[in-house]
Amino acid sequence: MTTKISLVDISVGMELPELTVNFTREGLNAYAHASGDMNPIHQDEAVAKSVGLPDVISHGMLTMGRAVRVVTDWVGDPTAVVEYSARMTRPVVVPNTPDGVPVTFGGKVAAINEDGTVRIDISAVFEGQTVLGQARATVRLSD
Amino acid sequence: MNHDMIGFQYAPSEPFVVTAESIKAFAQALGDDNPAYSDASAAHALGHENVVAPPTYPIVVTMSAMENSFHDPALNMNYSRVVHSDQRFEYVRPIRVGDELVVTTIVEDIRTMAGNDMATFRTEVASGGDIVVTTWSKLVVRGDDA
Repeated sequence: MTTKISLVDISVGMELPELTVNFTREGLNAYAHASGDMNPIHQDEAVAKSVGLPDVISHGMLTMGRAVRVVTDWVGDPTAVVEYSARMTRPVVVPNTPDGVPVTFGGKVAAINEDGTVRIDISAVFEGQTVLGQARATVRLSD
Repeated sequence: MNHDMIGFQYAPSEPFVVTAESIKAFAQALGDDNPAYSDASAAHALGHENVVAPPTYPIVVTMSAMENSFHDPALNMNYSRVVHSDQRFEYVRPIRVGDELVVTTIVEDIRTMAGNDMATFRTEVASGGDIVVTTWSKLVVRGDDA
């Protein structure tokens, strides 16, 4: 493992570069095939509306998979992540438009643990509201 | 749901061979162009034997393994009303191209609150007999009135 960031480079409270990703129907379709999650609420407007959703929604795991890029882009080596968890609190509603909708991800150094690992708290904001709760990644940085 | 199933461990899944194409498609769907997911020489430069998988890639094998248990009549779970509410991954080592992943699903917890069942499934994902990642998925099964 070889990270671009070392412990000496960081301090608690430091913010990681933000990342904005557009969620599109095409992206949901690609994720459905790559992940094997073919639930129609992520693809088919009629099915989504029939179960009371406003429109097609993102897979929670797609939102979570994109959110952790804030951390992996920052450290370079994605295998520095030793733990990752999140609560899926709100759906990302994806309209049938070419550009889709933007979701903005952020990160902050929350703690430097006794074992030398670092806890990053991750934020995910869609239309002014957070869509992931308690999203945290623990990373082990190079010396 | 049947609370007596807490602690039950299902038989391991059939092995899933991790291919370069599978990792590449997953990373592309995330919109993530980190070269460690597609370029073996970039992965080598970081000290890895082969191309590695993104952090949430284990879901490719854990979701289908868990779904097999969801349909177990003994669990008495109404799969049509399931919402995935929490997810956690603890990594032992990166998943790499060439791994043969075998998933063991364990019913870690079931609680019933206000007519909804909340079930936590732990999966142990192993390759060559060694665990590479453990995952926890919490699912909410909405009751008929919820």
